[in-house]
Amino acid sequence: MLRFIIRRLIITVPMVLVVISLTWGLIRLAPGNFYSGEKALPPAIEKNIREKYGLDRPWYQQYWRMLSNVLRGDFGISLRYQGQSVNQILAQTLPVSATLGLLAYLLALVVGITTGTLAALKQNSRLDYISMALAMLGISMPNFVLGPILVLVFSLTLYWLPPARWGGVPSWNLVLPVLTLSAVYMAYIARLTRAGMLEVLRSDYIRTARAKGLSERQVIIRHAMRGGLLPVVSFTGPALAFLVSGTVVVERIFALPGLGNYFINASLNRDEPLIIGVVAFTSIMIMLLNLAVDVAYGLIDPRIRY
Amino acid sequence: MEERKEERPATETEPALTSRGTTPEPPVRAGDQIHTSPELAIGEGDVRSAEEGEEVVAGVSLWRDAWRRLLRNKLAVFGMVVVALVALASIIGPPIIRWTTGYTYDYIPREQELIRALPPFTAPDGSFSWAHPMGTDNAGRDILARVLIGGRISLMVGIISTLVSLVIGVAYGATAGYLGGRVDNIMMRIVDVLYALPYMLIVIVLLAVFGQRSPMGQLILLFIALGAVSWLTMARIVRGQVISLKNQEFVLAARATGVSTPKIIFRHLVPNVLGPVVVYATLTIPSVMLQEAFLSFLGLGVQAPLSSWGSLVADGVQNLAIFPWQMIFPGVTMALTLFSLNFLGDGLRDALDPQMRKV
Repeated sequence: MLRFIIRRLIITVPMVLVVISLTWGLIRLAPGNFYSGEKALPPAIEKNIREKYGLDRPWYQQYWRMLSNVLRGDFGISLRYQGQSVNQILAQTLPVSATLGLLAYLLALVVGITTGTLAALKQNSRLDYISMALAMLGISMPNFVLGPILVLVFSLTLYWLPPARWGGVPSWNLVLPVLTLSAVYMAYIARLTRAGMLEVLRSDYIRTARAKGLSERQVIIRHAMRGGLLPVVSFTGPALAFLVSGTVVVERIFALPGLGNYFINASLNRDEPLIIGVVAFTSIMIMLLNLAVDVAYGLIDPRIRY
Repeated sequence: MEERKEERPATETEPALTSRGTTPEPPVRAGDQIHTSPELAIGEGDVRSAEEGEEVVAGVSLWRDAWRRLLRNKLAVFGMVVVALVALASIIGPPIIRWTTGYTYDYIPREQELIRALPPFTAPDGSFSWAHPMGTDNAGRDILARVLIGGRISLMVGIISTLVSLVIGVAYGATAGYLGGRVDNIMMRIVDVLYALPYMLIVIVLLAVFGQRSPMGQLILLFIALGAVSWLTMARIVRGQVISLKNQEFVLAARATGVSTPKIIFRHLVPNVLGPVVVYATLTIPSVMLQEAFLSFLGLGVQAPLSSWGSLVADGVQNLAIFPWQMIFPGVTMALTLFSLNFLGDGLRDALDPQMRKV
């Protein structure tokens, strides 16, 4: 197990470097520059800018400088948000995005697992059909459609909840963004739980557990859930990748000062240090969390050995 | 609802006798989890499937059989009808609107009093009118026409990007699975690495720095970007299937008669894995459409004056408080289409390959 973790951690480093190099290459290969605007700059000014940002040097020197800075954890100064370092921006925006993502995923886990288990226990009942139809709706309803609809109903018609902006934690401002973000995961988790539980409930060891006289409650919570929730655990990996793009949309709709919003603006403005900072940071997060998921998987399912 | 209860076990056990009647499945496929014990699976359904199996042997192909099963699934039929209607409407709708009202997706009326947002079914003077069933946007453009053009684009992106991912995924997965050994190991490690990338971020960067030149160029970029990221799962599925097939007699026979490796892969193995491939492709279409809409919503996908459901929703959100219909019509159309495509995909999976039914 320990060897597995160490091996995975070692692989993470080159992978993050590949992602960074790929992103850097994309930005550099694209025609134009971050300073090129509607009208051409006077040659003297352009020369100054190129010197200041080291663009006059050969590409491999620039690449190496970028890479060595990143390896030291210094992503540089944002080109668009002048005077702010990328590390400062990350430190400001990350709590917003992380809060959103975490709350949404927790909500999705609680609601999804409960619904999925109930649906599996009462297979083919009305509850089963209704919740699975709702789950399908949740998967098909894009979050950027669901968000505005929720705003329309709860903010603009009923005046119950604020429609946008960040209000800190906890605040009523969080309700709509978190609901919007978690709907898809809720739906997926409910479906996965139902499928997993249905498979497990038919298995021998559940029959054994029942035969030895355990209460139904114990059979389900202690025995069935442990096996039936494995698909949910493995879904966490892809869910993290989704969560990144999900927060981008939700931050857009609800005008939240999160990582995603900054990232889109950075991409459109070719703010190279900020783009690379966000990409590198997100890749590391995703890979570490994926590793955590795999380790958890091994702990839950004794059949899996690394 | 009551019927389904009895049908479920039947569809689960049928294929052993029908679709794969002649070529028995190897006991365990790579990556399969064995949970259900066989003795528990024997029930009413098996008896029935055995009866049905006899007529199936009399010459119903895999596809005919799957089609029959698909038609028995009400939700899948509903999905199929809605998708067909949306596709039909987006193909023939715009010319009809142009012929009846003179509006196209980018037509901005010349009269000053028409350049404003009209509610659905409303004439400029506030009376009832059939001219704009979905209203107009701030520039006075007909929203119905724009939604239908958006439908064309969304469906096109969905289908073309899925085809791109299909070609790459099948070729890659089949090659890795058939060659096996070290080649397979390296090829699948690459897939694992790509899986772990935050590819949506890379796609955003790609579209942001290369795009924004011409609407058509952006569209092509979108096809490539979305196709290039959605082939990974396809490659895994095809590889698993090929591994389970490659040791069977027909492959051995082909090899013995001197058929070349590429020919074995593409002529003999690929046709045999089409079932799961079709199923997965059907489920890829809505997910690609969703990604396209997501990118267009952020202003990185389809560019004006062309419209896509994502960009229409983004425009509508700007005026959500005053003109909510500008967001609701494209949004609901899109949700309904994706809903139907997902049901269709689910139904196809149940009909074509009941063993794959996991989620």
